[in-house]
Amino acid sequence: MPPHIVQMFEVGTATMMAAREAIKPLHELMRVANVPFDPKIYVPAVRGYYSLSDGRMMSTPFNSSTAVMFYNKDAFRKAGLDPEKPPRTWAELRTCANKIRAANAANIGFTAAWPTWTQFEQFSAIHDTPLATRANGMDGMDAVLMINSPLHIRHVQTLMDMQKEGSFKYGGRDSAGDALFPSGEAAIIHASSGLRARIVREAKFEWGVAMLPYYEDVKGAPKNSIIGGASFWTMTAPKRTPEEYKGVAEFYRFIGQPEIVARWHMETGFLPITFAGYDRVMASGYYKQNPGADLPFRQLTRSEPTENSRGLRLGNMPEIRNIIQEELEKALQGQQSAAESMENAVRRGNVVLRNFERMSRP
Amino acid sequence: MNEVVGPQFAGPTFVRGGMQRRVIFNNKLLPYILLAPQILITLIFFFWPAFQAVYQSVFIQDPFGLRTQFVWFENFKMVLSDPYYLGSVRVTFIFAFSVTSIAMCTALWLAVMADKHIRGAGVYKTLLIWPYAVAPAVAAVLWLFIFHPSIGLLGRALREMGILWDYKLNGHQALLLVILAASWKQVSYNFLFFLAGLQSIPKSVLEAASIDGANSRKRFWTIVFPLLSPTTFFLLMVNMVYSFFDTFGIIHALTGGGPGKATETLIYKVYSDGIIHLDLGGSSAQSVILMIIVIGLTAIQFRYVEKKVHY
Repeated sequence: MPPHIVQMFEVGTATMMAAREAIKPLHELMRVANVPFDPKIYVPAVRGYYSLSDGRMMSTPFNSSTAVMFYNKDAFRKAGLDPEKPPRTWAELRTCANKIRAANAANIGFTAAWPTWTQFEQFSAIHDTPLATRANGMDGMDAVLMINSPLHIRHVQTLMDMQKEGSFKYGGRDSAGDALFPSGEAAIIHASSGLRARIVREAKFEWGVAMLPYYEDVKGAPKNSIIGGASFWTMTAPKRTPEEYKGVAEFYRFIGQPEIVARWHMETGFLPITFAGYDRVMASGYYKQNPGADLPFRQLTRSEPTENSRGLRLGNMPEIRNIIQEELEKALQGQQSAAESMENAVRRGNVVLRNFERMSRP
Repeated sequence: MNEVVGPQFAGPTFVRGGMQRRVIFNNKLLPYILLAPQILITLIFFFWPAFQAVYQSVFIQDPFGLRTQFVWFENFKMVLSDPYYLGSVRVTFIFAFSVTSIAMCTALWLAVMADKHIRGAGVYKTLLIWPYAVAPAVAAVLWLFIFHPSIGLLGRALREMGILWDYKLNGHQALLLVILAASWKQVSYNFLFFLAGLQSIPKSVLEAASIDGANSRKRFWTIVFPLLSPTTFFLLMVNMVYSFFDTFGIIHALTGGGPGKATETLIYKVYSDGIIHLDLGGSSAQSVILMIIVIGLTAIQFRYVEKKVHY
């Protein structure tokens, strides 16, 4: 007997959607269970990630995060930088990181957790540049990767150059880089907004939070960032009764209420995923007491999502993430050039996408 | 084991044939009943999954098993033509060879030392056995705290000495680190067996050799080492199997197969392709290949090598 609800991380979305017989799409569930439901309550960057291209929602958003930049204000002061002026662009970030190293204000100038997520997925959305064709896979399973674009190669080159000059240090795969910031080791980090709780708990220095930097010569940048985190999927089963589905639908309605959304956001550091929830937190004065806590939300909603900043829907995305990490690591080891690493990632990633397409064919 | 002692109540008769005693049971059914639990476990936990792997290796399917397509040997063709798979074979052999030789040589040396009559030998022996009781993931975390380039004690010291130590980006260093950690974990086990082996060598033989004028080095190589050969052979097998199949936890917690694919052994690849990448067919095909390798290795070793082991 499968469970009624499965919580699946965001990059598993394509895999869940392809499991047509196993899931009950959210829009269908709400209609059948006759529970009032308005997708518009969710902020667009969240809604879009879990919707078909025609706008029908497939799963219920719950814990959503986005990537932001945390920086060590003490280290900034020590390096003669203004702690209230975090870098806005990549050029500024590089200057800051170099000054921090020159003054030895921290052992690492800049590092990044979740390398694929922060340096490729979020990066592409913010620069309004496609990560893959077909609106990042949202419009069809025949998408191909596009991270061998001049902008992506340029960015890998920036990271390689920064590593060489000592202003960037690779922090390891997935969440491995997280630990480098709260310990004071790294002065600037790109990480999940969810890292906030840990920094509050562990950091023994003054810190700030800022939006992810961008290349200022890229047209259209900066756009909204995209989400990470997970959503709830309703699972089908042969003998499942309408009453059971009704219960699931009521649960979804419950967790979408403004007071629940607000409480979840304040207690965990995940994003408020509805506008009403955000307004409620705002009214409570929480953001006045916790400056910067609303920054991830503002970054996520700073523009209407474009084709490139709605989110990703690529089959077997976890494997593609690993491939990108591996090819990036090889470039940072000096085994291949920035262009080669992205060409390899595209070639290997496309094999994964084609296998997924073939496997999911009806 | 060179002798089998049967349960007395079944009235077995011992037949002496050369050095070995054989047991003959008069009750025809009893041996099967006694074997049944073991056979049941083997069937459920070995044969069934093995059959499943063979079955799945000729299909491609989605993660939910909703759609399956029979593809003959396409998964095998994909696996064997994948340059990353061949790279993983290379890594596995380097890894297994290094772990086996480091773990066995160190353990033998320690056992010979511990076998001497020294003060506090008991404490010394007990301390050497400790690492075996440490869970692989915990062992990996211990090593991480020592060798992490930023937060590790030795890792930092190495960097301060001017050595560019960063196993998160340097593939050779990463492989070296998992080899050392995996060897460290296995030394205790080998130590126990070597020590037991050393203690079972009759002192009279060694005394006779001493009287004949053989020094300690000569005594070791001409008497002790050959008499240890059954233990050595047994440990060789166990260590190979250990480094092939039992080092997942250490690799997973230390490097996750990276950087690049520098520490991705065959068993780790089965995991990442099957569990992370959800390529069930390809992962099953890899398991089947591994199974064939193991069957082959075991057959060769038992058939040819064991005969040459002297007692």
